[in-house]
Amino acid sequence: MKNKLIKTGAVLLYIIFVTLSFIFGYNPGKQIGLNFASFTMEMIKLLPFVFILIGLFDVWVKKEFIEKHLGKNSNPLSYLWAILLAGPIAGGLIAAFPVAYSLFQKGAKMSVIFTFISAAAVCRIPMTLFEASFLGIKFTLVRLLVSLPLVIISSILVGNFLEKKDYKIMKG
Amino acid sequence: MYFLYSITALALLISFNINKNKTIKAIKMAYKKLAKISPAFLGLIILISIVLYLVPEELISESLGNNNNFFSILLASFIGSITLLPGPIAYPLGAVLLKEGVTYMVLSAFTTTLMMVGILTFPIEKAYFGTKVTIARNALSFLIAIIAAIIIGLFFGEIL
Repeated sequence: MKNKLIKTGAVLLYIIFVTLSFIFGYNPGKQIGLNFASFTMEMIKLLPFVFILIGLFDVWVKKEFIEKHLGKNSNPLSYLWAILLAGPIAGGLIAAFPVAYSLFQKGAKMSVIFTFISAAAVCRIPMTLFEASFLGIKFTLVRLLVSLPLVIISSILVGNFLEKKDYKIMKG
Repeated sequence: MYFLYSITALALLISFNINKNKTIKAIKMAYKKLAKISPAFLGLIILISIVLYLVPEELISESLGNNNNFFSILLASFIGSITLLPGPIAYPLGAVLLKEGVTYMVLSAFTTTLMMVGILTFPIEKAYFGTKVTIARNALSFLIAIIAAIIIGLFFGEIL
């Protein structure tokens, strides 16, 4: 409750600051306001669609299916599925978190969730193509070949550790 | 983005044709979930708007351009962690830096942390997975970025 009050206060303060900046022509505040507007637009262009896909996923994909392929008793191929699933994710981490949470709710294990999130960051197909065209295919290949195995290994270590400790994920 | 839009439209269309009620339920769930997490997104956007002002592109190129040793890898990782540049800005910036003589390993540290480590996305990640998981994932990602940068440095003959 107290935490919520502080957060609301901070947001109000921010709104007042930006509004006053526009009224009195204070440039840093105006710039921040413009940044806010442009990022809000980015989110509006992204989030509704991601969440509709998540909604469809929740309704159509059976829990048993996810449990079997990405759950505690799934085989090592589950990490490959996690990476392939992350490949076409638009919007990077921001979109990956809610999707990952839905996967978790459907019974995917922690290590697979971690792999999915990191893969969405490291090797999304659109970003990788972009990177390769600007920084060279050699750079991109080496980066992927090095980071993907590290991602899988660290995901397994952390995921299994948390599951052994019976770590409970909050409700999203 | 058009890819996302077409996939969403197609999925909705197919779903609607198979089962109208289930599709409506899916949209309702989507709305509920989005509404629930939107305060965290508001926090994210506010943070981004401030950090983007404090750390402009020029500052990034200046800080990465100076020297190329282990310290620059750390600095690049740090800058990559606190900023959140979209790919269409980040990679062209990387190409410019490369021309200016910034090494591949520093670029790798920068782009990998940019994508994997999110100090700004902390409120959202925490809302879904809790503080502990969020800290663990980000710390590990930071480490992975540094290891990857060092190996890239070895591979491109930039160290040793």
